[in-house]
Amino acid sequence: MRLHRVLLGTALAAATLLAVPLTASAADGIYVPLFSYRTGPFAGSGTPIVNGMADYLNMLNERDGGIGGVKIIVEECETGYDTKKGLECYEQVKSKNPVVMNPYSTGITLPLIPKAAIDKIPILSMAYGLSASADGNTFPWIFNPPATYWDGASMFIRYAGGKEGGLERLKGKKIGLVYLDAPYGKEPIPLLEALAKDYGFELKLYPVPAAEMQNQSSQWLNIRRDKPDWIYLQGFGAMNPTAVKEAAKINYPMDHLIGNWWAGNDDDARPAGDGAKGYLSLDFNQVGTNYKVIQDILKYVVDKGKSQTPKDRVGENLYNRGVLNSIIIAEGIRTAQKVSGKKQITGEDMRRGLETLNITEARLKEIGADGFAAPMKVACDDHNGHNAAYMAKWDGTKWTKGSDWIEPLKSKVRPLIESAAKDYAGANAGWPKRTEPCDKSS
Amino acid sequence: MFYREVGQYKTNYSADMSVMPLLQDRVGIGIILFIAVVIIPYFGNAFLIQAIMIPFLVFSLAAIGLNLLTGYTGLLSLGTGAFMGVGAYACYKLTTYFPDVNILIWIVASGFFSAAVGVVFGLPSLRIKGFYLAVATLAAQFFLSWCFIRQPWFYNYNASGAIEVPTRTLFGIPITGATASDSTRYYVVLGIVVAMTWLASNLVHGRIGRMWMAVRDMDLAAELIGIRLLRTKLLAFAVSSFYCGVAGALLVFQWYGSAEPAVFDVNLSFFILFMVIIGGLGSLTGSYLGAALIFILPIVLRYIPPHLGIPIRPATVDHIQYMIIGALIVLFLIVEPNGLARLWQIGKQKLRVWPFPY
Repeated sequence: MRLHRVLLGTALAAATLLAVPLTASAADGIYVPLFSYRTGPFAGSGTPIVNGMADYLNMLNERDGGIGGVKIIVEECETGYDTKKGLECYEQVKSKNPVVMNPYSTGITLPLIPKAAIDKIPILSMAYGLSASADGNTFPWIFNPPATYWDGASMFIRYAGGKEGGLERLKGKKIGLVYLDAPYGKEPIPLLEALAKDYGFELKLYPVPAAEMQNQSSQWLNIRRDKPDWIYLQGFGAMNPTAVKEAAKINYPMDHLIGNWWAGNDDDARPAGDGAKGYLSLDFNQVGTNYKVIQDILKYVVDKGKSQTPKDRVGENLYNRGVLNSIIIAEGIRTAQKVSGKKQITGEDMRRGLETLNITEARLKEIGADGFAAPMKVACDDHNGHNAAYMAKWDGTKWTKGSDWIEPLKSKVRPLIESAAKDYAGANAGWPKRTEPCDKSS
Repeated sequence: MFYREVGQYKTNYSADMSVMPLLQDRVGIGIILFIAVVIIPYFGNAFLIQAIMIPFLVFSLAAIGLNLLTGYTGLLSLGTGAFMGVGAYACYKLTTYFPDVNILIWIVASGFFSAAVGVVFGLPSLRIKGFYLAVATLAAQFFLSWCFIRQPWFYNYNASGAIEVPTRTLFGIPITGATASDSTRYYVVLGIVVAMTWLASNLVHGRIGRMWMAVRDMDLAAELIGIRLLRTKLLAFAVSSFYCGVAGALLVFQWYGSAEPAVFDVNLSFFILFMVIIGGLGSLTGSYLGAALIFILPIVLRYIPPHLGIPIRPATVDHIQYMIIGALIVLFLIVEPNGLARLWQIGKQKLRVWPFPY
């Protein structure tokens, strides 16, 4: 009996050293891997996003037969928001010739940024990742439309200033930033500090350690003591519903609590119940199923059982965010096919396609997303576009439109981005100068 | 039948007292090294080298470090992640201040910084033992994590709060950064890990190792026969943290390429501790086996269903993998509480008398 156990043990130990051969799928189709996190502490936010992304691309396959006649091969790789697993997913999908990477985690995007130029696979980090990668001259392979975290913070200040009666009226006010104590959370701090100097408001920081995301009583006790006039919530995952609940507990005026676009999940506001009424969140996609593109998803994918999304979750805020991400991917593929003349595009073609991306109002109407998002345009030196967002308001049961489109303070954001990009390139000896040519946007 | 020392006569004392007296053992190590140095880089694909072998070697080195402290000296430590972080950030700061010095020198030098920090946090070990010492090292973990997040000096005040690895070369070949090829980085990691394993093997088979084991078994008796507890325990902390520091520097510079502070949190400490416990406390082979079980086996399990063509969703595969690994850990601890290394030892003993049962 012991011999069997010994053999089992040694066999398992030997099996772990076996190489797992990977077959590169040379199937005829455009391979788009989606890094998902349906497990882990951020699964609450990650699941609807990847559902939306997968469903839109599958809908294009079902309804149109792909893009330009070529099917899109969608594959999920589970990262659990863990950088180790994200790097492993990257190595695994690299051999299958992906055209674009969607790491969906700032922690995973950062190590992949230098690899994008070497492996010739563009990274689409929609409104997350390294804000400085909006500088297309330093980061030709990284794209982060429609807006960076710095744009988001500037939109928050502009909205707050608008509500106070003018940006000058912010002088002397207290603005609080509740953020996840991680690179993602610290992103808006440089911009907010610069704006605090310009407009004369006092910036108070309330970091929330990642390990203590669901225990924020001390931070909100400090907020109760300090009484900031406006609070910006740069949180993610389980941190958001806790923050909203705590704010409701201390009776903080909900219309002065503004979350960034990743703090706008339905599950972020729902747990606080009626106390969260009036909670605002920046958003660049609309909510609801009242758009032809969502109706098509319901018709061709969800109702046919080809989706992992429960039907009542279609149209949620983060689900539509995932759909918007896939719209950007699909339009990027379409533009890449046009610019390169090929139907079966490669990563390099996709880079050119993303760089000449120009989703106009007319185009949005064409694809059935009229009013779904603001038009966005990417340029060779500006891989972001710094497009507008609006405030979504939670009415107790769902998100509604809380404001018009708000433009970011581009004049403040752009110089900061360029200096941050220069710092990054300077700190990384040997950062390659841009050699990729600039295509004319059509 | 295969594994006997029949016919292997030793003609001097040093040969008799050698670490691996049997020829078969030496041949076995030779084969393993041959596979590691020749077969894997030439026949392995990028996924095997980049996502399996390099991290496996890095974690094995960290597991050796923790094994020296917990397995050989009996001082339970939960600060491994933080000491790895010290090594990584020390290497980063050193290479930003002195970019012209070879990065390999800085990777090894960063171990000394980690050793210094380890000694400071190991001072409580002179007064407290067992689980209470674990809490003291947990304090080290949290304090250093706080440093990496909140003290901007550590990440050179850059906006993202994360450290990036600059491209550094050795004889003109880039060995860090995105332009370094998988094989180059693998050879660097393999070289450093093999050299440090050899060093650790000599340490534990010599006077210092015996001092550590004496302290582990009964530190009062050790003190009575003349072993100075202060120096022995602090030396254990220093050497262990040195290994963990070098492992941390290798983790960031040769594997990740950039690192957030969250990489070196308490989860990493537990990860390495599990490797050491499952692999076998007080065994260098056990460190490697534990790293293989805890790190490589989940990856293998995750890729089995797609290869067999079973249509399971990736998230479900992830959940099943957690359950299987958890069940395996429980199974191994019931079957052999002393870890996989003991199973390996028993296997070798059985092979010596095979086909006889004893």
